[in-house]
Amino acid sequence: MLSANLSAIFYLISGVLFILALRGLSSPETSRQGNFFGILGMIIAVTVTFLSIGNFSTGFVVVLIFLLIGGLIGAFIAYKIPMTAMPELVAGFHSLVGLAAVFVAIAAFLNPEAFNLGSPGNIKLGSLIEMSIGAAVGAITFSGSIIAFLKLQGIMSGSPITFKGQHPLNALILISIIVITYFLCSTQSANLFWILLAISFLIGFLLIIPIGGADMPVVISMLNSYSGWAAAGIGFTLENTALIITGALVGSSGAILSYIMCKGMNRSFFNVILGGFGATEQSSSSQNKEQRPVKSGNADDAAFLMKNASSVIIVPGYGMAVAQAQHALREMVDTLKKNDIKVSYAIHPVAGRMPGHMNVLLAEANVPYDEVFELEEINNDFANADVAFVIGANDVTNPVAKTDPQSPIYGMPVLDVEKCKSVLFVKRSLSPGYAGIDNDLFYKENTLMLFADAKKMTEDITKNL
Amino acid sequence: MVKKSSFFPVFIAIFLLFLVGAFAPESFMNHFTVFVLSCFIGYMVIWNVTASLHTPLMSVTNAISSVIIVGAIIAGLAGNSENIFNTSSIFGFLAISLAAINIFGGFLVTQRMLAMYKKKKKDK
Repeated sequence: MLSANLSAIFYLISGVLFILALRGLSSPETSRQGNFFGILGMIIAVTVTFLSIGNFSTGFVVVLIFLLIGGLIGAFIAYKIPMTAMPELVAGFHSLVGLAAVFVAIAAFLNPEAFNLGSPGNIKLGSLIEMSIGAAVGAITFSGSIIAFLKLQGIMSGSPITFKGQHPLNALILISIIVITYFLCSTQSANLFWILLAISFLIGFLLIIPIGGADMPVVISMLNSYSGWAAAGIGFTLENTALIITGALVGSSGAILSYIMCKGMNRSFFNVILGGFGATEQSSSSQNKEQRPVKSGNADDAAFLMKNASSVIIVPGYGMAVAQAQHALREMVDTLKKNDIKVSYAIHPVAGRMPGHMNVLLAEANVPYDEVFELEEINNDFANADVAFVIGANDVTNPVAKTDPQSPIYGMPVLDVEKCKSVLFVKRSLSPGYAGIDNDLFYKENTLMLFADAKKMTEDITKNL
Repeated sequence: MVKKSSFFPVFIAIFLLFLVGAFAPESFMNHFTVFVLSCFIGYMVIWNVTASLHTPLMSVTNAISSVIIVGAIIAGLAGNSENIFNTSSIFGFLAISLAAINIFGGFLVTQRMLAMYKKKKKDK
């Protein structure tokens, strides 16, 4: 059996390894090593836990069996999942962290002796508060992530669900969570603990249903943050350094990603959380639609334009992921490069359904990461480029964000696609994007619309090049 | 403008910290120190993560937050020798499986993603 001091040191080491794991992600070269540090930290934490308990009887075997079952399922998912489904996968994983936190809190509540927290009905006040916070946040993470998962998977409609009195109801539930926690701490009543869990599940559900599909990058980052805070809450209960450090790291990581995503849309965090975006604006902007002339073309025209270009910038968006067009796109780019045409990729911070979604898909299609640029890095290059090839992106290219203060997306940083000599816009129809706003770019003189499935169109262009 | 708006949150933060210091038990303070400093480390480290790796960042944070398995193992092993399946340890066992899905799934899918990030070949 490991002494308390030694195990504390090992937990600290694994916390430090987790910091190094995140540190490694600062560049693709060091990232693989970072992931290795993470795995090492996890192995240390688990091994130390076994050694410090020092119970290697039947229970140990059962634990290993459950560990193995989970591990096999996890490994199976990790190898099978297509890269386009990463947002769903991450949302699903968040829900599991949340539920695991809830289960650990329940176990600690039912059997506090095992965790040195006192006895049932007489749990130390501090521990009970920490436990309640961990359990509540875990439950919110769980039900919120399930909704996010269902929305991303398309099982549930991506459009926001709003009803009258939504915000007062949410506020009421949040207040009652605090009140119940207070009474739970003074009475130690098990019933109150279950009620606390139930309404936390409910509020997680209610918080996410009004948020629309395009805001998913923020939601996923936010749930990532919650899963961290839940882990930290449990870490305080267990007085475990590795858990506290990790919870804080993950919590702040998710918070920063949410911030970056909100900034990418020029919206405040509360604006996104309060939800309903995309449902209300559609009516106001749809009247002047359909009347303006649009130039549309076919693969032949597009190939002609690109063949005569000397530089092409590709703007991918969620539509590329839906159509699974990343490989076809790479083949098209290869052909362009053979003709000595300079090609680069421009990625908007909120393109796709989660932070960095497009980068992963392009990496999957063997696009070297040094050809892929962020908004600030590449935005000035559009003026000098001959062709912009917009595939599956929409709102992030809408010049209205710069010109029309009335527009709901006014002020959002957008890619200056319209400055290119010509714009090729692959899209299935003229329908507005998730924000529900008509895109002025469709009607510009130098825009050629290519109405087709993104993958099919890209393949056809390649044939014609 | 930035200075004006950041003054208020800082003030609130100091006030909250004061409340914690005034009412929390002593053992809590050590952990709380670790927690607050870790938040700052997280803040510094995450800003250095390149935007193109944000998806792997999420999957790896997912995996490491499943270190909550530590609590699950303690709960799972807490049953007495006659009956290892009491209610508390069953929740522990279930949590072990859930966390294990995340740990294995999270690290492996991160590995898979990171293996795809390649630099331009020079000989071309």
